[in-house]
Amino acid sequence: MKIMGYRLPAMSSLILWGILWEIVGQAGVTFFIPPLSKVFVTLFEVIGTGSFQKALWDTAYAFFAGVFFSIVIGIPTGIMMGKNRLIDEMLLPWVNMFLSAPLTALVPVLMVLFGFGMKSIIITTTLFAIWIIILNTRAGVMQINRSMIEMARSFGASPMDAFFKIYFWAALPEILGGVRIGVIRAVKGVIIGQLLISIVGFGALFELYSSNFLMAHFWAVLIVLFALAFTISEVFAYLERRVAYYAAKR
Amino acid sequence: MAMPQTETAFEAKVDNAVAVRGVSKNYGDVEALKDMSLEFPRGQLTSLLGPSGCGKTTLLKIIAGLLEPNAGEIEVNGKAVTGPGPDRAFVFQDFALLPWASVLRNVGFGLELRGVARSEREAIAEKYIKDVGLAGFEKSYPHELSGGMRQRVGLARALSVNAQVLLMDEPFSAVDEQTRRKFQEDLLNLVQNESKTFIFVTHSIEEAVYVSDQIAILLPRPSRVSEIIRPSGFRNKDAASIRRDPEYLDIVDEIWASLRSYVE
Repeated sequence: MKIMGYRLPAMSSLILWGILWEIVGQAGVTFFIPPLSKVFVTLFEVIGTGSFQKALWDTAYAFFAGVFFSIVIGIPTGIMMGKNRLIDEMLLPWVNMFLSAPLTALVPVLMVLFGFGMKSIIITTTLFAIWIIILNTRAGVMQINRSMIEMARSFGASPMDAFFKIYFWAALPEILGGVRIGVIRAVKGVIIGQLLISIVGFGALFELYSSNFLMAHFWAVLIVLFALAFTISEVFAYLERRVAYYAAKR
Repeated sequence: MAMPQTETAFEAKVDNAVAVRGVSKNYGDVEALKDMSLEFPRGQLTSLLGPSGCGKTTLLKIIAGLLEPNAGEIEVNGKAVTGPGPDRAFVFQDFALLPWASVLRNVGFGLELRGVARSEREAIAEKYIKDVGLAGFEKSYPHELSGGMRQRVGLARALSVNAQVLLMDEPFSAVDEQTRRKFQEDLLNLVQNESKTFIFVTHSIEEAVYVSDQIAILLPRPSRVSEIIRPSGFRNKDAASIRRDPEYLDIVDEIWASLRSYVE
């Protein structure tokens, strides 16, 4: 973006909001917003502590496990739905229902089914991420050119070949878009899981800091979480741009 | 007007690569093909020509094994067709290339699906890339090529699997006029040099007469083969003089006369 002939660096808006935050914090308007500088000082204090690193590890483990399962289950399911009318008719209502369902309300049920440990947290994370991945993959497969499928058949592609050499690649732009949104939803899922199921990880830190009104700590952890989620989603956005050249020409 | 002869003696001794017998195909209540029979002589190019809705692409896809007929049967080299097979290769109207794969991989893709080892299929692909005039573009991607070049990739892919029958579904309709003329000339050489049977769907009368050994005129409602024309006089002339040959011009006129009432 350009303002008055000056080219603004990327993410200048963040700098502007940062300054505003600092001013509001220094003015002492509310304890809810401590100065940003204090948040960063706290951030660097907290990052070195064992409890923070344990929380980071717990959260990252549940998050990556949840994302992993939502991808390896979600993509094949989406491809099957896009390929096969019968499977699609059977599964689509459920996928749409769970996409809009208040999954948080389901968490107590998951606890009864799967216990109070890591397993339930991973399943919660998966449930937050998987539906949009399925739907996007399905949409990607459904727009594949008919002649591409006929080409695969006429040259004798086995179902496995068609799956891995045609459907997956042809739907890849949509799949990556779905995974990118799924990853963002998984961040919510893992924190909600940690808050509700067993107080571990970042969820436990949020709980601890907010109930003790340690707002600088609260914001510091939130910034770390945002930075992690933003980085991962940018990785997928980058991959999406890499395949964008053929998204319009399939 | 000089009528091209349908030689009855010829029919008896000819060796057919593909035979269509009594094929019908319905889409719901719509009869796309009704009791259609047609024979395709080996080593020759047969065009399926007709107005839109006459079922020519449907027939081609049934021969390819991509569609199942409701009645009748297809034989390729005396064997009944039950699905796609290595004896036939298809060239698509919209090229159907993998946009994420290089020219080299696209051309070798038919062989890749048949489990041919990488070094072997790349050697074969390189040969056919050269044959269709795309040497130097092996590493390019389809979106970097013009429409005509993309169809050359599609053609090279079909040639590289070495099928005896080549099925071409309006292969030149998505390329520009000048490229199409060049394609038509190249196709004549291809028919002469490769001992393959070509089945060629087109809606262009000039194109059909120019490239075909045999033209099957298909008419709609109900779909049927109305006439089979075998241009004979100019087939051995060089590519440049065919378009000025009186027989060529007569056949074009005659086909238009019989088709014009079916064109809305």
